[in-house]
Amino acid sequence: MTTLLIAEHNSSVLSSSTLSALTAAQAIGNEIHVLVAGKNIESVANAAARLSGVTKVLCANADAYEYVLAEPMGDLVVHLAASYSHIVAPSNSESKDFMPRVAALLDVGQVSDICAVLSADQFKRPIYAGNAIATVTVLDDKKVITVRASSFDKSTQQNDQACVVEAVDFIADSNLSSWQSDDITESARPDLASASRIVSGGRGVGSGDNFALVEALADKLGAAVGASRAAVDAGFVSNDLQVGQTGKIVAPDLYMAFGISGAIQHLAGMKDSKVIVAVNKDEDAPIFQVADYGLVGDLFDVLPEMTSKL
Amino acid sequence: MKILVGVKRVIDYNVKVRVKADQSNVDLTNVKMAMNPFCEIAVEEAVRLKEAGVASEVIVMSVGTTQSQEQLRNAMALGADRAILVETESDVEPLNVAKAFAAVVEKEQPGLVILGKQSIDSDNNQMGQMLAALTKRPQGTFASKLLIDGGKALVTREIDGGLRTIALTLPAIVTTDLRLNEPRYAKLPDIMKAKRKLLETLPLADLGVTSKAHCRIDKVEAPATRSAGIKVASVDELISKLKDEAKVI
Repeated sequence: MTTLLIAEHNSSVLSSSTLSALTAAQAIGNEIHVLVAGKNIESVANAAARLSGVTKVLCANADAYEYVLAEPMGDLVVHLAASYSHIVAPSNSESKDFMPRVAALLDVGQVSDICAVLSADQFKRPIYAGNAIATVTVLDDKKVITVRASSFDKSTQQNDQACVVEAVDFIADSNLSSWQSDDITESARPDLASASRIVSGGRGVGSGDNFALVEALADKLGAAVGASRAAVDAGFVSNDLQVGQTGKIVAPDLYMAFGISGAIQHLAGMKDSKVIVAVNKDEDAPIFQVADYGLVGDLFDVLPEMTSKL
Repeated sequence: MKILVGVKRVIDYNVKVRVKADQSNVDLTNVKMAMNPFCEIAVEEAVRLKEAGVASEVIVMSVGTTQSQEQLRNAMALGADRAILVETESDVEPLNVAKAFAAVVEKEQPGLVILGKQSIDSDNNQMGQMLAALTKRPQGTFASKLLIDGGKALVTREIDGGLRTIALTLPAIVTTDLRLNEPRYAKLPDIMKAKRKLLETLPLADLGVTSKAHCRIDKVEAPATRSAGIKVASVDELISKLKDEAKVI
């Protein structure tokens, strides 16, 4: 029994969520191989080969995988699937795109977003925006699984000796879809999904310009900036900052929510944070029900005061 | 071009679900049900494409219990032309739903299938991708913008780092994200008109699909609850609590 862990990376480093998924893979208990797919990814493959518990790295280095398009990625994983009992990936916008294809092509189900491993075929996963946790047993021989990174610690142990890195020469041929352009948000701040501190703003922030106040506090704390759906829908900030049921699921040491009322869908994305601070004008806002420290007040007073006093 | 749209009946997004005392599942007795919000966005997008003259017919389809007729009628009130209900006794797993859709795609040959990216009950985010794989059609998931241009669909997708635009050769499958559009409300005359539109009901077996179990739910529990903490009176108090008590700054 061997697990294939599909790495997420940016062509130079492995993502921290890959290290969390590795912890989940270790809990499953099989031998672990890692697939690194993309273009110019040798350094990532070599880094993966040093990870503790990994016995082989498969390196699929080709133009076809440069943008991790679902069709070629799905075909690649299916091509490799015969040797594996478990196919595991951290849950992110790439794996959500190609993993269900893998499952369908193998004629098996998929377990999305597991938050605990109970055995090699039994897992826990959140449903209903995390308002219920289901324990599920996979009945298929091949298990296709995505892992909620915020529920697992990162496996950072390294081996002195790198394991074997094997080139995969399968080139998926897909002319069904093609990459056109990217509009990627460039930011010097920490990555939202893995930041240890997050300062978030909601509808109460009022405008995109006012978000500068949220950003100023975030920069003072070395924190990432997040937002509620309302703030993204209103165009204050870009979609990649959305925290919630269908946005990013985060669990930082400190989560500070300014002008966020606390809809079920937002709480679903942040309620596993270690310490939650809520600042809101409305003392009845639901966000206070999950906050360790609540401050009823105007964020336009609190944010600058806090930024200046830290 | 025909457009096929998926519609799922789910718990209303404003309702906080409760777990049954015997932990067998969540309790949906007397709970308000509605169309999955992502499916509403899918219906709206298809209707807009018809209004723009890109689509000739909008077919809505659901795989679910007989009560799902309510959501299909609702979709027709929003502008869909006809509906197909593949009637089942209980919840159907995503791969089985995808197989039912694949059978209808084979029969109806839509140029575009638009589905919600995720249903807010099971939170799987699988069906559209599975359908694309089964029908060997390209997929554009998590769409925040959709442009049909000749034989291509240009899909702007919401990805972790921002936005990505891809081109799909039609016929294709698109799944919706929140920013694709703002769904309209149904008007009373349209609700009345929708009652006379065609709603075809058939069992899963008629599509040649056998429902296979891939996953068993052993238990459903409430998550660990978080209790409300304390209210602080000032920024100074907040800073001192975070420094000295929580030790996070």
